[in-house]
Amino acid sequence: MKGSVIKYERDNIDTDVILPGPYLKIHDYKELAKHAMEGLDTDFHSKVKEGDFIVTGRNFGCGSSREHAPIALSYSGIKAVLALSFARIFYRNAVDGAFLLPIEIDEDAYKDISQGDVLEIETVKNEIKNLTKNKTYPMKPFPELIGKIVAAGGLFNYKP
Amino acid sequence: MVMNITEKILARASGKTSIAPDDVVFVNVDKVMVHDVSGPGVIAVFEKLKKQGMKIEKLWDPSKVWVAEDHFVPSADKISAQNIVLLTNFTKQFGIQKHFKYGMGQYGICHTLSHEEAMVLPGEVYVGGDSHTNTTGALGAFAAGLGHTDVAYVLLKVKIWFKVPPTLYFKLNGKLPNHVMAKDFILKIIGDIGNDGAAYKTMQFGGSGISEMSVEERLTLTNMTTEAGAKSGIIEPDQKLRDYLAARGVTKYNEIHGDQDAQYEKIHEYEASELEPTVAKPFSPENISAARDLSSIELDKAYIGSCTGAKLEDLRAVASILKGRQVKIRTEILPAAISIFKKAMDEGLLKIFMDAGVVVGPPTCGACCGAHMGVLAKDEVCISTTNRNFPGRMGHIESKTYLASPLVAAASAVTGKITDPRDLK
Repeated sequence: MKGSVIKYERDNIDTDVILPGPYLKIHDYKELAKHAMEGLDTDFHSKVKEGDFIVTGRNFGCGSSREHAPIALSYSGIKAVLALSFARIFYRNAVDGAFLLPIEIDEDAYKDISQGDVLEIETVKNEIKNLTKNKTYPMKPFPELIGKIVAAGGLFNYKP
Repeated sequence: MVMNITEKILARASGKTSIAPDDVVFVNVDKVMVHDVSGPGVIAVFEKLKKQGMKIEKLWDPSKVWVAEDHFVPSADKISAQNIVLLTNFTKQFGIQKHFKYGMGQYGICHTLSHEEAMVLPGEVYVGGDSHTNTTGALGAFAAGLGHTDVAYVLLKVKIWFKVPPTLYFKLNGKLPNHVMAKDFILKIIGDIGNDGAAYKTMQFGGSGISEMSVEERLTLTNMTTEAGAKSGIIEPDQKLRDYLAARGVTKYNEIHGDQDAQYEKIHEYEASELEPTVAKPFSPENISAARDLSSIELDKAYIGSCTGAKLEDLRAVASILKGRQVKIRTEILPAAISIFKKAMDEGLLKIFMDAGVVVGPPTCGACCGAHMGVLAKDEVCISTTNRNFPGRMGHIESKTYLASPLVAAASAVTGKITDPRDLK
């Protein structure tokens, strides 16, 4: 999986800024995508490309349980969010709905990756290659069940 | 094996004799809730699954499912009106009897209905399509919020996976002093441990201060465990809870209690006498100050509403301040359920509010989530009894929300500045 980076260097990006409250009534996934990250970055919709990754800090996706948040990012083209940590409901929504990959990275990778860098994520090896900087970072391996749900393509496709 | 209350409930629900933190288990769910945002979200998941060839003809057990209309009621516009129709058709199609319809009998915010109507009982596993589902843990249940895909899964398959959470135990020694409420205590805790201080964990509350505390006040504590990132909040059942449930006609349930020597990841102790009126400043619930230190902050509005801060005792607290006084800023009071609205009417609280110049509105999540009914303009400053103050949460991205107890919000409404109720003349 290869893509370029949109970086938000901050912690606690909550689901109210990922997909603001007034749009909660919308359940058309493509329409939701138009409002992704609107509470933080009004240019997001115009600059995001299919296959891009978001790189960010601690506790990404905290706050409301709205599945609209990973849906809006996914239908904008985001394939993975690389963060120092994730809030629990965003994490399981992303995985169980198979919307995008929530990948935990370490402080060194977070500091080193820059806006626009091209990354290649290899979940089998738990590695992230920075093709722009010619470096490799570790990703925190998925816990066993999460890995299986990701591989199955979401919770409904997973056979316990 | 020695277990605490959360571990015992999850062991019972997963058919195991023992369980430990970080075990991943599929648990059988006892109750599930959706509202006018997560309900249409679940319907969208069902539609997606049907397109992929899955047959969806019935739910696992419609009698275990209940539905609330709270976020966009009264219908804010055509789309939200349509969502209510969608939800109504859904409950009809699948035979769900417990649908609290806005404007028909009992209605209100889902988390408030969960305790007002005793929809969830001690010892149960309860999931809801809303992050503040944690609230109901004050009834001695395991209660956690989920997204649309997960709730859809529960509706069809009974069970859902959980990683058994480690428990943080918050012990309150002594009774809260006058003018200090549960809201002040939970804001202090979030300030101490941070927005993700309890991430993926359970926050359990106990000690003499909790024994002294009413069930409604306990619900404020568990409600805001979400703001520390917790999976759930919980309080062991006691006589106060049994009386609360009995007053709602419920006496039969299977209480679960933790073992005497149960283990907790960490115990945090607080002395009630050291707590004081506390406020969370923009833009995070962890960003706390003593109310007294913010007395220069000028306000445009006070908002008393939501599952966090518009229960009957919250309204009584507000009335105790507003009685015989006038508000200096626009003030909105929205009781969290119509049953509470009626009790407030019977007790004369509504007259006190109206005499003070306040607008009293219908039960709705309304402006708490920035949906409608009283959202904030650019640069507007609001003091609110709600639970979150992230950028844009209650309206414009450059509006500012200060989170406070009902007493602090009411005292501030009277002066137009953030005011510690102890300093009100």
